[in-house]
Parts: sequence; C-alpha cells; structure tokens
Amino acid sequence: MTTYIAPVRDMMFVLNELADLQEVGALPGCEEVNPELVESILDEAGKFASEIIAPLNASGDRQGSRLEKDGAVKSPEGFKQAYRKFVENGWGALSCPPEFGGQGLPQIVAKPVQEMWKAANLSFSLCPMLTQGAIEALVHHASPQLRETFLPKMVSGEWRGTMNLTEPQAGSDLAAVRSRAEPEGDHYRIYGMKIFITWGEQDLTGNIVHLVLARLPDAPEGVKGISLFVVPKFLVNPDGSLGRRNDLQCVSLEHKMGIHASPTAVMAYGDKEGAIGYLVGQPNRGLEYMFTMMNHARLAVGLEGLAISDRAYQQALNYAKERVQGRALTQPGAGRVTIIHHPDVRRMLMSMKSQVEAMRAVAYLTAGYMDQAARHPDKTERARYQGLVDFMTPVVKGWCTENSIEITSTGIQVHGGMGFIEETGACQHMRDARITTIYEGTTGIQANDLIGRKMARENGTTLKVLLEIMRADQAKVARVSDPDFNAIAASQNAGLDAVAECAEWVVKTYHQDPAQAAAVAVPFLMLIGTVCGGWQMGRAALVARERLAAQEGDESFHKAKIKTSRFYADHILPRAVAYRHAVVQGAEDALALEENQF
Amino acid sequence: MKVLVPVKRVVDYNVKVRVKADGTGVDIANVKMSMNPFDEIAVEEAMRLREAGTVTEIVAVSLGPTACQETLRTALAMGADRAILVETGVELQPLAVAKCLKALVARESPQLVILGKQAIDDDSNQTGQMLAALLGWPQGTFASKVKIAGGGAEVIREIDGGLETLSLQLPAIITTDLRLNEPRYVTLPNIMKAKKKPLDTVKPEDLGVDVTPRLATLKVEEPPKRKAGARVADVNELVQKLRNEAKVIS
Repeated sequence: MTTYIAPVRDMMFVLNELADLQEVGALPGCEEVNPELVESILDEAGKFASEIIAPLNASGDRQGSRLEKDGAVKSPEGFKQAYRKFVENGWGALSCPPEFGGQGLPQIVAKPVQEMWKAANLSFSLCPMLTQGAIEALVHHASPQLRETFLPKMVSGEWRGTMNLTEPQAGSDLAAVRSRAEPEGDHYRIYGMKIFITWGEQDLTGNIVHLVLARLPDAPEGVKGISLFVVPKFLVNPDGSLGRRNDLQCVSLEHKMGIHASPTAVMAYGDKEGAIGYLVGQPNRGLEYMFTMMNHARLAVGLEGLAISDRAYQQALNYAKERVQGRALTQPGAGRVTIIHHPDVRRMLMSMKSQVEAMRAVAYLTAGYMDQAARHPDKTERARYQGLVDFMTPVVKGWCTENSIEITSTGIQVHGGMGFIEETGACQHMRDARITTIYEGTTGIQANDLIGRKMARENGTTLKVLLEIMRADQAKVARVSDPDFNAIAASQNAGLDAVAECAEWVVKTYHQDPAQAAAVAVPFLMLIGTVCGGWQMGRAALVARERLAAQEGDESFHKAKIKTSRFYADHILPRAVAYRHAVVQGAEDALALEENQF
Repeated sequence: MKVLVPVKRVVDYNVKVRVKADGTGVDIANVKMSMNPFDEIAVEEAMRLREAGTVTEIVAVSLGPTACQETLRTALAMGADRAILVETGVELQPLAVAKCLKALVARESPQLVILGKQAIDDDSNQTGQMLAALLGWPQGTFASKVKIAGGGAEVIREIDGGLETLSLQLPAIITTDLRLNEPRYVTLPNIMKAKKKPLDTVKPEDLGVDVTPRLATLKVEEPPKRKAGARVADVNELVQKLRNEAKVIS
C-alpha cells in the first residue's frame, strides 16, 4: 500500500480557475480568503493528512474498532493520538462559526481540506464530519443555553457529535421512527433503539453529544411528529464539567464490508431510568432541522466518492510505475517494462484521472455556490445560488459516489492479481467506497430528490439556468480551432442535447406518472453528473490553453489538463448518450414485469 | 532574549530533482518548494526556547526572490514573531548569505542565531560557520541538544564516534542537526494569525552587501546511474573483487 499525497496543485487549479475562489473571497466575512492563504492551509493540511492520518488507514482497516465487555469502544491503534493532534491543531474548527471558537472559513476552503481527510483515512474522517453536522444543527436551531453548553467544546473537537436517526424499522423512511421522549421538568427522558450510529461510541473524546430523533407523547403520526433532542453521554454540570453517565449505551458494533475503523454502533437509550435529553428548537420539527444540514452532509459524502477515487488512483499509479511485467508492444525486442507502458493500463489510469479531476471541479464549484448562497449580500443572488446548491447536491452525492465504485474497482484492475490481495491495499479503497452510495440517502433517493423536488416542482427552472451557462461555455470551447478542442466541443454538445431532451421528458413524465420518471431517475442523475463533469473539463482545457499561450505556470500540467479533458470527452462523456436512451426509452422496461415474474 | 532564525526556500524533499537539459542547474520551475527541513528544526528549537521562557522574540529571515515570503509565512505560522525578507533575484551563495545575515545581526542585535546545518538543495553546510567567523562569535554546529543557562549555551553535537559537549558564550551561532527536535505541525489558528504578523522587506544594497556570486557553476549533471550488481560464488571471490576491482582493500 502506498501513502497519500494531497493533490494541492490540482486543488488550487480548480479553486482559482474553475470554482471562483476570488469571488468567494469578495463575500462578506471572507475578506481573509485569498489564494495564498488557501494554499498555505492546503499545504499544511496535506502534510497532516499524509503524515498523521493516512498511515493509520490500512492498520485501522485491519484492526477495526472493537466493543469491549463494559460497552466501551476501543478505536484502532494510533487513532486516539491522531485525533488529539487533529484537535490541537485546530482542524476540526475550520468552518465553524467564530462566535464559538471556529475559524469561520467558507466551504470552498473547507471542502478541499475535507477531501484530504477523507482520502487519507475515510474512517477517521467520519468522526469530525458528523460532529460538523451536529454543530450546524445546534447553531441553527438550539436554544442559547444549549449552544453555550455544548458548542464550544464540539467546535474545538474535545467533544464530538453523532446523528441518531435510523431505527431497525426506520431506515430511509424516517416516518417510522418509534423512539420516544417523555417530558420531565426542564428536560426529557429518551427511550429507544438507534442503529447505524457512526462513531456512536468511542474513546477519542471525553464526551459524546448525541443528536437523537424521537417522538413526544402527543406527537402526530409520520414525519410531522418527530422532534430532535440533545442526549449527551455524560451530563454536563452547570460549571461545564462532566457530570454523571447518562442512561445510554452501545450494545453492539456492526460487522461491515468497509470503513472498519469507524465504529457503527447500535445505541440503546433509556434501558434503565430513561436517558436525559434536551429538546432542540420546537417540538415536532426534528426532521426539518435535520434537513437543513442535509445539503452539507450529502455534499460531504459526494466528496468521499471523489476522495477515495483519488486515493485509489494514486495507489494504482504508483503500482503501475513500479511493477515490471511484459514488454512494450511497440518495442517487443527491448527489455521488460513497467506496466504503465501497456496501452490498456494507460487507458485505465486516464479513466481514473479524468473522472477524479472532473468530480473535483464539480464538487468545489458546488461548494462555492454554497458560500454564495450563504453569504452573498444580495437576496436575489442568494436565492439563485441556493437553487444551484439544491440542484447540484444530489448530483454530486450520487454521481461522485457511483463513480467511486467504478474507479476503485479499476484501481484494483490496474494491479492485476496483486490488486485482489488485501496486503496490496487496493481492495480497501473499494470496500470503503461501497458505503458512499448508500449512506446519507442512497443513489436512488438522491435521484428521486433530483427529479422531484429539484426538477418537477419548479419545472426544471434551475437546470435551464445551468444549461444556459453550460451552453455558453461549450461555445467557447467550440470556437477554438484545434483538434482536441473540436472533439471536446462535439462531445459536450451531444451531452448537452441529451440533458435538454431528458430534462423536458423528466418534468413532463413526473407530472403525468411519477413512477415512470422514478424508474429512470438514476440514469438521469448520472447523465447530469457526467455532462457537468464534461463542462468543467472543457473549462479547464480552455484555461490551460490560455496559460500555455501566455507561457505562464506549469507547462506539463496544463498540457496534461487538455489531454485529460480530451480523454474525458472521448471515453466518459459519450456515456451521456447512453443515459439519454435509458431515460427517454427505458422507463417502461424497468417496470414491465409483475412481481412474480422476477 | 532575541533569536534570529534564517530559513531557506528549497525544492520540497518529496520532489524528485531533475537536472536542467542545458546542465546549468536543477529545474525548479513549477516544482513544489518548501522550507529547508533543517531550518524547520531551527524554528522549532527557537519556539521551544521561547516556551521555556529563555527567548522573548523570534525573528525569521529569508533571502532570495519574492516567493521566499511563502517560506517566511510558514515560519510565522510555526510561531516566529516577525519576518524579514532580503529580496534579490541574484543567485545567492553561502558567503553572500552570511554577509547579509551579519548586517541583520548588527541591526537586530540577537543573542542567538539558530540555523539549519545545511540546506537540502546545495548541501553546502557553510553559512552558519561563515557567519560565526564574520561576527567573531562562538559556534556550536550540528547540535543535537541545546541548553541555555547563565549567559551561555551548552550544545551537544554529533560527531564521528560520539557526542561532544561544548560550552559557548552568548551571543553565539548554533546550527541544527536532524535529531535536535521534531518540528511541530502548523496549526490552523496559527496559519490565520501568520497573515497579520509583520513581514519586512529589505534589499542587499540596503544592508551594504555585495551579493555577486564568487563561484561559477561550470556544469550540473545527474550522478551516474548505478550499475547492476553481480553475484559472487563465495567469500574468496568477494575478497578478490574488493581487492582487484573495487580496490578498497589491499
């Protein structure tokens, strides 16, 4: 297995040239954000990711987190020390609000840094990531008293947060949540069983702040009767010190396909006297509160798809440059060569590289939209950007994670037989990637969200805006007279036509027969992602061409950018045409059989 | 007590260095650059002395093109209080660097200058020693342990065959070896604070130093490729080869 090197150069290229870092720097509260600062943050975070977090990835996978007899969870060797350093170095607080001790940096800075943690060690990264979600929920919805009690230590990372949504009968369908909360003075007693709680119990932090969905005694049925509670592992005394142990415990850990180091806990609340919990915000609005942070969480999982793909690419590339096997087709008489000399290995590496770069551009672009939506001084602009964020979030989540399964699998293929051997380290990336299309809403759920709330409800308005932008950028590519650019423009054009046709079909069909639209929602989502990737790769090629003409920057990097974009246009982007076919032709086919015909 | 810590911007230690096609030097265009690792150890040592209460101010200095500001920002993010860039586009050789530093020492009056023992690009291992000679200060080079007490410094240095302990009168020059300490990771809050710390720029002319190179580089070339090894049948053959081919034993 190889180490991880943060791809700071490509990250900075995307931030500076494609994702409008400068514009985010002009937003209120982002005055300090400029390319120099961001590069120094990325350099230092990259060093930390490579040297402290990445070395624990394989050992963490082998050891896994373990449940001890007393209900405590022991994290893999080294995690505790690494997490302590992570907190001491202030990384957990990067994008948190300054009033609670955070640095208040925008998402366009936070997301590349998150990508590094995730690429270095996905299991480790989940611990701070979920704390982030819990912090947001409390910042936006909790009472000042709850915020004062919990936020500063969560922001610093001394305590961490969890999200307790799922129950055995309530997975994707949270309407079925049965955990209950009974009022008792100024607090509540919580009873119930929660499953799939990531880092639900651990030995990294002194306290764990669980956010738990439960029903009040008089709550209405369904999603409108769910409230959100803070349920700390240790109660907090008025002076801020830790008090007695709350009535909650981890009763088991799941045995999973991947992310072994991240303990996935079954949590029992209120087995004895009832766990003490505090209501967040208003009663019965818990699910709504959870959804306010859904965009962040979903985008973060999309980043996981990107991150793990890049890690798999780095691993495969290293191996391809070292492994000597066979002779070059073009020089059969010469000596044995490293496998990177074999055309099919080249093709696989290009397929990985081009998709990683396309995903990075689309993900960071969306992060920039998020900052504009949150901070732009003009209300209309905020709303416009929010529309783009809402639209792009399920795309980034679904498309990047689905790609990661293909890319990590290709990573194994590059290795040949050694890829199938665990010690090599390529397998882990594929096993770890496998959860990303599932948690925070499966690809199917993302796609339904996309065609329903993000398309049909507004008759495809946001996509029309996006299409116009993409068309304008495609026209710029088409104006360059150069074979690479001609090929890119032609492929982009076919992709954009496919999007336009499918958008119309989806909106119309959704209103007439939502089941038909839902049957091809995933190919539609993949179509949008693939074409957005092609759009950004085209922009990247244009920038690279300008830099080359001006003899600025890294010549080899810019030349590679153009060729990588061309590869994407020829090998990846044409998938758009196939997705289009599935969308406009294939809905009935998917639903054609009776249940008993399967 | 004030400490001066010179830091050099060099090709990052992870980068595989390539010789320029025309043989005039190594290719540093668009190559990742970072602080010389021995200089990181020097900054860290200054930080530790400050944390111990011995040092009150740490001034980081770099010499070279504008881009050296990045290296100084790293030093500031590690914890230096302020920074000075001696800005020049001229290729700097150790003697010129030592002369500039001497002029800065006259301005800043530090009690201690802590330098990396050498830079990982040219491996000259000269600047600290030259600076000590120019200033007429005592020097403790290749330090693996530093203790400051009672107006002096005790420096344990790594030498062939063991450790040597020196007692130096302050002001003094110390150059750091690899095992002196392990530099800390830069924290996010310190990266943010570093932006607000003062960074002054001066020119060699302002210091009255002529930095014109005194040495001419004739040619830079890759070291010869290692030849494949050979298997020997027995000890006798090995001894024979060592004696007759490698000529390392007689």
